[in-house]
Amino acid sequence: MIRFLIRRLALGVVVMWLITVAVFALFFIAPNDVARTLAGRQATPEVVASIQARLGLDQPLWRQYLDFVGNALHGNLGYDYYHGVPVTTIIAAALPITLSLAIGASVIWLLLGVSTGIVSAVKPRSIADRGLTVFALFFYSMPTFLLGLLLLLYLYFYLTLAGYSWFPPGGYVPLSQGVMPWAQHLILPWLTLALVLAATYTRLMRGSMLDVLGEDYIRTARAKGIRESRVIGRHAVRSALTPVVTQFGIDLGQLVGGVVVTETVFSLPGLGKTAIDAIGQQDFPVIIGIVLFASAAVVVANILVDIGYAVLDPRVRLH
Amino acid sequence: MALLEVSELEVSFTTSDGVVQAVRGLSFDVDEGRTLAIVGESGSGKSVATQTITGLTRGATVRGTALFRGRDLLAASPSELRRVRGAEIGMIFQDPLSSLHPYYRVGWQIAEMLRAHDRSFSRSKARARAVELLDMVGIPAADTRVDDYPHQFSGGMRQRVMIAMAMALNPALLIADEPTTALDVTVQAQVLNVMRRLQQDFGTAIILITHDLGVVAEMSDEVVVMYAGRAMERAPRRELFYEHHHPYTEGLLASLPEQGGTRERLTPIPGAPPSLIRLPPGCPFAPRCPYAWDTCRHDPPPPLAEVFGDPHHRSACWLSGDREVRRQQRETVRGDLQEPA
Ligand SMILES: Nc1ncnc2c1ncn2[C@@H]1O[C@H](COP(=O)(O)OP(=O)(O)OP(=O)(O)O)[C@@H](O)[C@H]1O
Ligand code: SF4
Ligand SMILES: [Mg+2]
Repeated sequence: MIRFLIRRLALGVVVMWLITVAVFALFFIAPNDVARTLAGRQATPEVVASIQARLGLDQPLWRQYLDFVGNALHGNLGYDYYHGVPVTTIIAAALPITLSLAIGASVIWLLLGVSTGIVSAVKPRSIADRGLTVFALFFYSMPTFLLGLLLLLYLYFYLTLAGYSWFPPGGYVPLSQGVMPWAQHLILPWLTLALVLAATYTRLMRGSMLDVLGEDYIRTARAKGIRESRVIGRHAVRSALTPVVTQFGIDLGQLVGGVVVTETVFSLPGLGKTAIDAIGQQDFPVIIGIVLFASAAVVVANILVDIGYAVLDPRVRLH
Repeated sequence: MALLEVSELEVSFTTSDGVVQAVRGLSFDVDEGRTLAIVGESGSGKSVATQTITGLTRGATVRGTALFRGRDLLAASPSELRRVRGAEIGMIFQDPLSSLHPYYRVGWQIAEMLRAHDRSFSRSKARARAVELLDMVGIPAADTRVDDYPHQFSGGMRQRVMIAMAMALNPALLIADEPTTALDVTVQAQVLNVMRRLQQDFGTAIILITHDLGVVAEMSDEVVVMYAGRAMERAPRRELFYEHHHPYTEGLLASLPEQGGTRERLTPIPGAPPSLIRLPPGCPFAPRCPYAWDTCRHDPPPPLAEVFGDPHHRSACWLSGDREVRRQQRETVRGDLQEPA
C-alpha cells in the first residue's frame, strides 16, 4: 500500500512536469505581444524592448522555462505581468473561494447522489425510485453553464422580482463574515456544480447497491438476525461505496472544469475566474501558476481518494 | 412434537417469463438433535424452501405453515423472525468466501451477531466470546485470528468461521445449505466433523442440504428427496439407501459410483428437470422415469403416501407400496435398462 502511494506520488510529479511543458509550448505557439499591450499603442520599440527585458521575455524559451521551474521549486511562481503581484499571492487570495465552492459542492453532490442511490436501490421500481431516475436524467443531460443560468433566472431574478431576495446573483463573502452570508452567496453555485454531477452518482450508487444487496454476505447478515436498517447501512452501503469512490477520483478533473464555468457564471473571483481573466490578458505567469496548482491539487486529491479506497477495503490495505 | 414442522409449503415467484413455482406443497419435520438431509438436483427448491422458512426469501408468494417450537414462522412478523434468525436458527451457506463480509474482521462479524441478540454483551465480552467460538470450531491461534479478515483464511477455515457464527447463540436448529460443496474433499470431512461434534455437544438439530449422497450417508438420520419443488420420498437413512421406493431416488443412487467399484460406469438420470413455469400435469418425474405409464402422465401421485407398511417411509409415486411387488418391478425395469449396454 505504501509502495503504491509512493508510485502514485512519483507519477503525479511526472504529470505536473508534463503540464508545465505543455502550457509553455501552447502559450508560445500563439504570438506573444504582452509587452506591446503593456507599453501602449504609442510606445517606441525601445520601450517595448525594455518591458520585454523586465519580464524576461527577451530570453530564449528554454531559458525562461528553466528559470520558471527553478523558481517554482523554491515556491516562487513568478509575478503577474500587469501589477507585479506574486502569483502565489494571487492564488492564496483566490483559493478560499474555489475551495469553498469545490468542497461544498462535492459534499452536496456526494451526499445527494449516495443517499438518493440508496433510496432507489432499497425500493427498486417504487415511485421514489422512478422519480429519482427522472430527476437524475434531467440534471445529467444538462450542461453546467445552462443550469447555472437557469438557477440565476428562476431563483435570483424571478424570486427577487416577486419580492423575495433570498439568493444573491453572485459574488463572494468570506467565511470570516459569518457562515450564513457565506453559504447564502454560495448556495446557487454549489447547486449548479453539485446537481449535474450528483445525477451520475444516483445511478451509480443505485446499481452498486443493487449488486451488493444480491451478495451472499448480505444474506448472511440477514441470517444473523441483524436489523434491516443496519444490514443496509453497515453491510451494504460500505461495499457499495467502493465504485463511488473510484468514480469520485475520476470526476475530480471534471470538477475543475465545472468550477471554472460556475465561477464565471456567478462572478466568483476564485481560481477558475482568475485563470480565465489571465488568459484574456495573456498573463502567462498567472495562467501557468494556476494550472500547475490545480493539477497538483487534483494529484493530491486522487491520492486521498486512493487512501479512502484502502480505508474502505481491507483487501487493498493489506496487500 | 417435532422442533420444526413444515406442512404444505408453497413458494412461487412472479417473473417476466411467468410464475416460477419453486416449492409446491412440501412437508417435512425435524426433531430436536436430529439431522434431516434434503437432497435433490440443482433447482429442485432446496434453498428456496429453507430460506423461506427463516424469512430470507424476498418477493415471493408463500403459503403453508412452518411450526417452529409451536410458532408459525410463515405468519410471524419481520421483527419476530429477525429475533429467531441467528438466535434460534443458525444458518451456513455454500460459499464461505462470499458469505462473509470482505470488509469486516471475522471477530467483529461474530460479535455483531452476539450483540444484535443479547444486549448484555459488551464489546470486549463479545470479542472474548468470539475467540472462544473460533477456538471451539478448531481455528488455531483463535485469539489472534479473531482480528483477521475473511480473505486471510482458507476455504475450510472460513466455513469454520461461518459455523462458529451460526452456533454462537446455541441455536436449536442449524440450516446448512451445501456447507461443503465448495471445499476440497479432505477439508469437507473436517468441516463435517466439526458440525457433528457441535451437534453432539449442544444437541442441535440440523437440516443439511446437499447434492452429495456420500454426505447424506455419513451425516443424516432422515432424508427428504426433492424434485421440482416437491418431496418425492422421505425415509430414514438406512431405508433410503437400501429400500427406496421412488424411481427418482433409485436414479440418484444409480448415479453413484458403487462401493467396492464393481460398477465402473455411472448412469446419470437421462433428461433434465421440468420447467418450473410450465409443469407437466401428472408426476413431474414422468418424462424421465423408466416406470412411467399413462396414469403418471395425467394425474399427479398423492403427496408422500406411506409405503412398505412403515409409517416413517413415504413416497409420492403411483408404483405399488408393497415391498415384494416393488422389488419385482425393479428387477424387470433394471433388466430392461441394462440390456442394451
Ligand atoms: N428470486 C427468485 N425469482 C425467481 N425464481 C427464483 C428465485 N429464487 C429461486 N428461484 C428459482 O427457484 C428454483 C429453486 O431454486 P433453489 O435455489 O431453491 O434450488 P436448489 O435446490 O437450492 O438448487 P441448488 O442445488 O442449485 O442450490 C430455481 O429454479 C430458481 O431458478
Ligand atoms: S409416479 Fe409414475 S412417473 Fe412418477 S415416479 Fe412414480 S412411476 Fe415414475
Ligand atoms: Mg441451493
